[in-house]
Amino acid sequence: MFEVVAEVKKDYIANLLENGKRADERGFDDYRPIVVEKGVSNRAEGSALVKIGKTQVLIGVKLAIGEPFPDMPNSGVLTTNAELIPLASPDFEKGPPDEDTIEIARVVDRGIRESQCIDLDKLCIVAGEKVWIIFVDIHVLDYDGNLFDASALGAVAALLDTCMPKVEEDMVIYGEKTTERLPILHKPVETTFAKINKSIVVDPSLDEELVMDARLTVATDENGTICAMQKGGSGTFTQEEILEIIKRGTRKGSELRKFLE
Amino acid sequence: MKVGEPEKFIVKGKRLDGRKLDELREIKIEAGILKRADGSAYVEWGGNKVMAACYGPREVHPRHLARSDKAILRCTYNMAPFSVSDRKRPGPDRRSREISKVTREALEPVVFTNLFPRTAIDVFIEVLQANAGTRCTGIAAASVALADAGIPMRDLVPSCAAGKVGGEIVLDLFDVEDNFGEADLPVAMIPRKNEITLLQMDGNLTQEEFEKALKLAMEGCIKVYELQKEALRRKYGGA
Repeated sequence: MFEVVAEVKKDYIANLLENGKRADERGFDDYRPIVVEKGVSNRAEGSALVKIGKTQVLIGVKLAIGEPFPDMPNSGVLTTNAELIPLASPDFEKGPPDEDTIEIARVVDRGIRESQCIDLDKLCIVAGEKVWIIFVDIHVLDYDGNLFDASALGAVAALLDTCMPKVEEDMVIYGEKTTERLPILHKPVETTFAKINKSIVVDPSLDEELVMDARLTVATDENGTICAMQKGGSGTFTQEEILEIIKRGTRKGSELRKFLE
Repeated sequence: MKVGEPEKFIVKGKRLDGRKLDELREIKIEAGILKRADGSAYVEWGGNKVMAACYGPREVHPRHLARSDKAILRCTYNMAPFSVSDRKRPGPDRRSREISKVTREALEPVVFTNLFPRTAIDVFIEVLQANAGTRCTGIAAASVALADAGIPMRDLVPSCAAGKVGGEIVLDLFDVEDNFGEADLPVAMIPRKNEITLLQMDGNLTQEEFEKALKLAMEGCIKVYELQKEALRRKYGGA
C-alpha cells in the first residue's frame, strides 16, 4: 500500500490540520458519507456493499457444514478473509495476501469474535462432529482510505443479512434459503483514527492515510464495551491521545451502528 | 465454555501461578548470545524462550525494496514447530505475519533509519518455547538485539501485556489466563518519551478498565526496560 507522496502534500495536509481544517473540508470527527446496502449478491448467504466516501468494499458471507475446533466442540467456526484485489487500486498486486491484507482480515475478525457478535454455540449441529462454518469474505472494490471501518461495518451488515440455507441429511442445499437468520447477539463497529503530526482525525481519506504517522482502530459494541484495538503505522501515541481516541471512537461508533439497522 | 477452563482465576488475591495481580513473571535477558549475528539477545520470560538476531545495516535484497532516504527495517517473527502444545506448521501463517508487522511498527519509531539510506536492517525473532506473551517477549528481545548490533536508537523499546481475568485487571498473562481470560492488551513503549508504539487489544473492557490496564501495562514496560538496560550493562560494562 505504498504510494509516493510528495513532501509538499504532507506539509499541506498537516498545516491545514494545525489550523483545524481537513483537505476535504470535513470536521476532525466527521465521516465521509456512508452507504450500506444489504443483499447485493444472491449467491451468497448474506452480503453487503459499504461505501465510505469513494471507498467501496463488498462483503459476502458463505455458510458450510464442517468440523468444529477440538477445543471448542460445541461452537460454530468463524473464518474471516480479505482480498485487496488489483481492481481496487494501482498499488494492489495479485498474488498471496500481503501483511496489510492479513491485518485487515484479522482486525475485523477480532472485532466480531471478541464482541460475541455471533452466538457460535447456537451453530452446533452434532457436538464435536458437525457445526456451521461461517466464511466472511472481504472484497475491496475501490480503495480510497479507511478499509478497516468499511470492512468491519460491511462484515456485520452481511452477517445480519445472512439467511441459513436449507439442509437435507446434513447436506447444504445452496440456493434454497430459509428465513432463519444467524444468531446475532451484538453489533460491533470499528472506528479508525489517523494521527498526522499532532492532529487526530477520524475516517482518514487516502491522502491522509498516505501521510499519517500512526493509526488506531477501536472496536466497540452497543454497550460501549471495547472489544478490540489495533495500532498501526510507524508513529506513536501518548496515553492521553489513546484515551481521547477511545472516547471519540465510542461516540462515532454509535453513529456508525445506525447504518446496521 | 471451552475445554480446560479453570473455575477460578484468582484465589485469595493470588493468581493460578501464585503471582499477585500486578506481578510480572520472572524475566531473564541476555545480550549478544549469537556469534554470527551483528547483534542478538535471548529472553526467558516465564515459560517463554525467545531469541532475537539483528543483521545490518546491510545491502537490500531484493533491490527494489531499497529506499534512497532511509534504511528499511524488516522484522520476522517465527515460531518453532515444537514451541507450542499442538505442533505449529512451519513457515509464516496469518498470525505470525501480523505479529511481524506490528513488531516492526513498534520498533521503527526508535531506529535512526535516516542514517543508513539504501540499506536494510533485519530483525529475526524466533520463539523456541511459548507460554503467552510471545510478541512482547519478542519485541523486548529484538530491541536489545538492535542495541547489541550498535544500531543508533532513540531508546530501547520494552513491551508488556496487561489483561483481565476473573473480573480483575492483571499484569502479564500466562497461558491459562490468556486462553480463558476476558481481555489481553499488549503494549510497547518508548520510556524516555512516554509514548506508545504497540497497542493491540482483544476481549471485553469498559473504558475505565481499559485505562487501568493500559497504565498497568506501561508500568510493566518500565520494569522490563530496567532489565533490558541491565542486560546491556552486563555485556558492555559501565555504571
